[in-house]
Amino acid sequence: MELANLSVLLVWGAATALAVALVAFAVDLSRLSGAKVDARDATRSRDKVAVGAGGPVDASADAPADAPAAAAGPVNRRLAGVGMSVTWLAAALLLIAIVLRGIAAGRTPWANMYEFALVGTFVAVAVFAGVNTRRDVRFLGAFVTGISVLFLVLAQQQFFVAATGVQPALQKYWLVIHVGVAICATGIFTVAFVTSVLQLLRDGRDNGSVMLGSRHWGWLDHTLTPSALESLSFRLNSVAFVLWTFTLIGGAIWAEDAWGRYWGWDPKEVWTFIPWVVYAAYLHARTTRGWSGTRAAWFVVAGYACVLFNFTGVNLIFNGKHSYSGL
Amino acid sequence: MAGRTSKDGTYVPEGIADEFTQGEPAQGASAQRAPSSGDKEQRPNRPAAPTLGLVGTLRWMWRQLTSMRVALMLLMLLAVAAVPGSVLPQRNQDAAAVIEYLADHPTAGEWLDRAGFFDVYTSVWFSAIYILLFVSLIGCILPRSMAHYRALRGRPPRVPSRFNRFPAKAFATTDASPEEVADAIATRLRGKISWLPTFRVDRGEEPARGARGASGRSEPASTGPERPPGQPSATVSAERGYLRETGNLVFHLALVGLLVSVATGQLLHYRGQAIVTEGRGFANAVVDYDTFEKGAWFRPESLVPFSMTLDRFVSEFASDTVAFAQARDFTAHVTVTEPSGEQRPEIVKVNHPLVVDGAKIYLQGNGFAPDITVRDAEGEVAFSGRVTFIPQDTMYTSRGVVKVPDVAPGLDQIGLVGYFLPTAEVEPDGSARSAFPQPVDPLLVLEVYTGDLGLDEGAPQNVYELDTASLTPAVEESGERVKVLARPGETVDLPDGLGTLTLGEELPRYVALDLRHDPSLGFVLAFSLLALGGLTVSLFTPRRRVWARAYVAQDGATVVEVAGLARGDDAGLQAEVDRALAAVPGAVERPEEADVSAEASAAARRQAREPRVETGSEED
Ligand code: HEM
Repeated sequence: MELANLSVLLVWGAATALAVALVAFAVDLSRLSGAKVDARDATRSRDKVAVGAGGPVDASADAPADAPAAAAGPVNRRLAGVGMSVTWLAAALLLIAIVLRGIAAGRTPWANMYEFALVGTFVAVAVFAGVNTRRDVRFLGAFVTGISVLFLVLAQQQFFVAATGVQPALQKYWLVIHVGVAICATGIFTVAFVTSVLQLLRDGRDNGSVMLGSRHWGWLDHTLTPSALESLSFRLNSVAFVLWTFTLIGGAIWAEDAWGRYWGWDPKEVWTFIPWVVYAAYLHARTTRGWSGTRAAWFVVAGYACVLFNFTGVNLIFNGKHSYSGL
Repeated sequence: MAGRTSKDGTYVPEGIADEFTQGEPAQGASAQRAPSSGDKEQRPNRPAAPTLGLVGTLRWMWRQLTSMRVALMLLMLLAVAAVPGSVLPQRNQDAAAVIEYLADHPTAGEWLDRAGFFDVYTSVWFSAIYILLFVSLIGCILPRSMAHYRALRGRPPRVPSRFNRFPAKAFATTDASPEEVADAIATRLRGKISWLPTFRVDRGEEPARGARGASGRSEPASTGPERPPGQPSATVSAERGYLRETGNLVFHLALVGLLVSVATGQLLHYRGQAIVTEGRGFANAVVDYDTFEKGAWFRPESLVPFSMTLDRFVSEFASDTVAFAQARDFTAHVTVTEPSGEQRPEIVKVNHPLVVDGAKIYLQGNGFAPDITVRDAEGEVAFSGRVTFIPQDTMYTSRGVVKVPDVAPGLDQIGLVGYFLPTAEVEPDGSARSAFPQPVDPLLVLEVYTGDLGLDEGAPQNVYELDTASLTPAVEESGERVKVLARPGETVDLPDGLGTLTLGEELPRYVALDLRHDPSLGFVLAFSLLALGGLTVSLFTPRRRVWARAYVAQDGATVVEVAGLARGDDAGLQAEVDRALAAVPGAVERPEEADVSAEASAAARRQAREPRVETGSEED
C-alpha cells in the first residue's frame, strides 16, 4: 500500500502544478489582452474582417494568422513559458503516479473511473505540451490546465478507489488496448475541444460580437485565426476519431469474447456509438457547403459533451455491463 | 443521378464544399469558409423546385436524399435516436426492468411502449433513420466510386494559366534550361521508388504565347507581363493522393458491408443456454437447451451434434481485505465429444470462449447445485436430484426451489424454497446469509410448503419459482415459518411429519453455458477493419496537385514557377511546393513575384504560409 499512497500524493502534486500553470497562463492571457497589436499589422487590410467590428476589434483582428505573440512585440510572455515548464512537470508527476498505481495494483493502471481520469488527463496534458513543441499553442494552456485540474480533483475526491486487481471479465489484453486507446482518444478530443471553443470565441469576436468584442477578450487576437484554429482542431479530431473507431471495434471484439455478443446496445456501447456518429457528422459538416467553419465547430462541442457523458454519466447513472467504475 | 460533375469529370455529391475537385481555388481558398458563403455561387447547380412532374419530383427527392446536407442531418438524427435506448430499460436487455417500469408509469409507459421506446434499436423509427442513411450512402458512394475509377486512370489536370491565386506557390530563377528544370521537378515529384511514384506526373510543353494565340485558342491575358512572347515553356503537372478518395470510398463501402453482414448474421445465427452440473453433459441439439433463440433463416441441420461433459469447475476469489471476495478466476474443465466419437479435454473461461465446430461456448454463470433427496412420510424417495441454486449476491447467497410432486398417494405435495449458503452466517434473529463465495461452512435453509403444486395442469412453470398462492406454509407454534437447516451429509426431519430431507455430501457446481453460432462474424470483423483502414488512409493521405512552369525570361535567366493546391487544409502543401522547387538545379529563390502588386503578393504569401506553421507534421 506504500506505493499506492505515494501515487495519490503525486496526483495531488500534479494537480497543484497544473493549478500553478493555470495561474501563469491566465495572467499571461490577461497581459496579452492589454497589449497593443503592432501598428503595421493593423493597417494591413484583409478582406471580410472589418464587418461591423467595433474599436478594439478593428485594430487587432488583422493580426497575421501565424504570429500569435510575435507581432505584439513588447508583450512579455515569460509567464507563458513558466506555465509550459510547470505543465511538463505536472505531466511527469502524473506519469509517475500512474506507473506507481499500476505497480501497486499489479496490472495496467486503467481499469476504473479513477484511473481513467488520471490517464485521460495525462494524455490531454501531454498532447497539449507535445503540440506546443511544434508550434506555439500556449494560448490553449489556461484551458487545458484548467480542465485538467478539474478532472484530477474530481478524480481524487469523487472517483477514488483503492488499487487492487480486476474481476475476470476484465482480465484480458483487451483491457490494455481497448481502454487505453479510448482514454488516449478522450485526451486528444479534450485538446481539440478547447481549440474549437477558442475558434468559436475568436470567430464571434472577429464578427463583431458585442460581448466578445470587449477588451477582456483581447487575448483572443493573440491566438490563431478561426480557420487556423479549425484546422488544428480538425487534425487533432481526426487522430482521435480514428482511435475512437478503433475503440468501438476493439470493444466489439472483446465483448464478443467476454459477453458472447459483439454488440448489445448496452448503455456504454450506445454512448460510444453516439459520439462516434456526432464526430462523423462533424467530418461531414466540415465539407458540406454552408456547414463548415463555425457550424462544424459546434459539432465538436456536441461530440465532446457526448464523450464526457460516456465517461461520467454512463458509469454513474446507468446500470449496464460496463459498471466498472468501482463506485 | 444526384450531385454534379466537376470540371475534371469527378462526381461530386450535392452540397459538398470542395474547391479541389473544381480544379481552382475559390477566392481566399484557405480562409475560413463562412457558413452559407459559397452557397449562392452554387445555386445554379442546385436542383430546382419540383415543377417537373412525377419523374422530376422523384429525381429531386433522390438528389436531396443523397446530398451531403441530408447525410449530415441523418447522422445527427441517428445520434439523437440512439439516446432513449440508453435511458429507458430495453426488452432485449432487461425484460424485467421494462415490466417494472410499465407498472410504475402506467400511462406514460403505455405510450412509450407503443412508440417502441422499450425496443428502440429495432423500432420503426430507428430502423428508418439508419436505412435512409444507408440508402443515401449507397446513392452517394456508387457514382463516386465510378467517377473515382475513371479519375484513377486519368492524368493530372493541365497546368493552369496563372498561379497567383493558388494557396501555395514559389518562384525562382536559374541558369538551367526550362527542360532541365521541368525534368528535375518531375523526377523529384515522382519520388525515389519507381514502381510506387509519390505523384502522378505529366511533363509537357507550352507553345510560345504568340504561337498559341495564332493557333486560335483563346488564352486569357494572365500569364504575367514578364513572360516574353515567343518563348515556349516547359511544364509539369502532378497529382498525388488518389488513395485519399480510395480510402474514403473503401470506408463508406465497408460500412455497407458491415451492415449487410450484421443483418445476415441476425438471420442465420442461433443461441442456446444450458445449465450443466459437474459430471454431467449436454448435446448440441435444440431440445437439450434450456432456452434457444434463432434467426429467421436458421435450420436445425446447422447444429453440429457434438456433446460436452463438465468434468470440474474451479473458482477463485480474493481473500485479502481490500478486494475481499472479488472474483479472480472461473474455469470450467470440460470434455468435448465430436460426432466422430473423438474426445478431447478443453477449458472454458470467462473471456475465453471455447470454439467447437464453429460454435462458441461461453461461460456465463456458475453456482452450486447440491444433491437433495426428499423422502415422504412413508419413507419412500419422493425426490432426488441436483437442484440449481442461483446466486443472489457476490457472496453466493443462492436461492433455489425444490418441487416434490411425487409423494405417495393421498399425501400433500411438498414445495421447498430457500437458500443455499456456501459460508453460512446465522444472525441472532435467525436470518442467514453467506459471508464468502466458497463452501467453507455450507448450510441449506429451506421453508416448507404443502398443498397442490399445480404441476398437473400442464401449464408451463418456472422451475426457479414456487407459486405459493395455493400452498400452506409450515409454521411453528409461535406462528413463525419453520426453517429446515441441513449441512452436507445430514438428514433432517421435515416439519409436521412430512418426511425427511438429505443434503448430499458433495456439493456439485453448475455452470451456465451460452452457445452461439453466427456465421457472419468473420465478415463483420473484416468489414470493420476495412472501414478503419479506409478511414485512416482517407484522413491522413494528403491530396495535392503541383504544377510547374519554366521559361526563359527577357533577361535570359530561366524563370521557374511552382504552384500547389490541396484537398482541405493541408499543412504540408507549401513544403511540398518548396521541395519541388528545391529540385531545380542552381535555383535562386525569389521572395516576391514581380507581376503581382506588392500588397496582393504579401497577402497571398501570408495566406500561403499560414497552413504551413499549423503543425508542421508534414515537413521534413
Ligand atoms: C453511415 C453513414 C455515414 C458515416 C458513418 C460516414 C462517415 C464519414 C466519415 C467518418 C468521413 C470522414 C473520413 C473520410 O474522409 O473518409 C466521411 C467523409 C465523407 N462522407 Fe460519409 N459517412 C456516412 C454517410 C455518407 C453519405 C450518405 C454520404 C453522401 C451523401 C457521404 C459522403 C461523404 C463524403 C463525400 C465524404 C468526404 C468528405 C471529404 O471530402 O473530406 N457519407 N464520412
